[in-house]
Amino acid sequence: MPPEPVCFAAAFAPGLLDPDCRVPQVVTGPNGKAAGKRYDVYRNNVTVSLIDALAAIYPAVQRITGTDFFRAMARFHVRSSPPTSPLLFEYGRGFPDFIAQYEHAQTMPWLADVARIERAWLDAYHARDATPLDPAQLGAVAPERLADLVLIPHPAAQIVRSDYSAVTIFAANRESAPVDRIDASTPEDALITRPGFDVIVRHLPAGGAVFATCLTQGRTLGEAAALALEASADFDIAVNIAGLVEAGAFTSIDFGDA
Amino acid sequence: MSAKNTVTTLVLAGAVSTALATLAVAGPLTKAEADAAMAAKKEKCFGVALKGQNDCAAGPGTTCQGTSTADFQGNAWKFVQGGTCTSIELPNGKKGSLKPV
Repeated sequence: MPPEPVCFAAAFAPGLLDPDCRVPQVVTGPNGKAAGKRYDVYRNNVTVSLIDALAAIYPAVQRITGTDFFRAMARFHVRSSPPTSPLLFEYGRGFPDFIAQYEHAQTMPWLADVARIERAWLDAYHARDATPLDPAQLGAVAPERLADLVLIPHPAAQIVRSDYSAVTIFAANRESAPVDRIDASTPEDALITRPGFDVIVRHLPAGGAVFATCLTQGRTLGEAAALALEASADFDIAVNIAGLVEAGAFTSIDFGDA
Repeated sequence: MSAKNTVTTLVLAGAVSTALATLAVAGPLTKAEADAAMAAKKEKCFGVALKGQNDCAAGPGTTCQGTSTADFQGNAWKFVQGGTCTSIELPNGKKGSLKPV
């Protein structure tokens, strides 16, 4: 009698990502012979498909490191962090943190941040559709109420901060054009949005990341502007409001008194 | 509120009206015209805008991926400098070179 499906999966799965694990006893060839090679086909397919998934989510990281390095690094991650969801596009959320501590990537301290932007890109791509805030709604607010208004973030909007030139490195490596010399040492913050169908990644100006983060966390416009000015004397309120609204970072205005 | 400085109503109102003036478009535009106008402005006022390539962008699992690729296992692999990392530099002269194990 064939084994119960659930029990079979429980016996079959554990060895798939562990080459040292013995072939499960439930796997046998004709006449009860060992079927190690047959099981290895599954091992190979699982490993390759998960590495391919990471390569599809993190194309810039792969271009930066080269395919061989990337696949070796990805294999270590796949083995240590198997998927927890059957949805493959959800896989690899822990990959940027893995890259940050991966010993052979230590000469590329910006690589994990580039990966974080790529992950945010895919999450923005799959985020719920929403109509961005109409600037006219902001224009209709009485001046004395501006400081107290709260802006509701768009589902796709995300901010990634970096101590390195992660946005420039990301942008140069998401395309196939040759990469010129890049100075990695300028801190860059990214704003990722999807106002329509296309994901857009922007480089936030000085103080912009603090401002945008405060606003998406539900702080009032007055508080966010004050904190951004504190973080950076170069912070330009008008440029940042225009930039965020234009990028589709918000959907609506709230006064928090409801 | 934890901020030491406060932004006065006057400053904020001025900033918002400047921002809206930047965003203002005269008359009803088609979506394409609005997108083009926005694209032209993005570069100037809000840094680099990268649209990215949306073809094949839905991530993994959306197509039937080939399963015949072999996963070359073991420790025989090398860190080959096949990528663009050597163009990316830090001020101390360190490039993102990949060291072999």
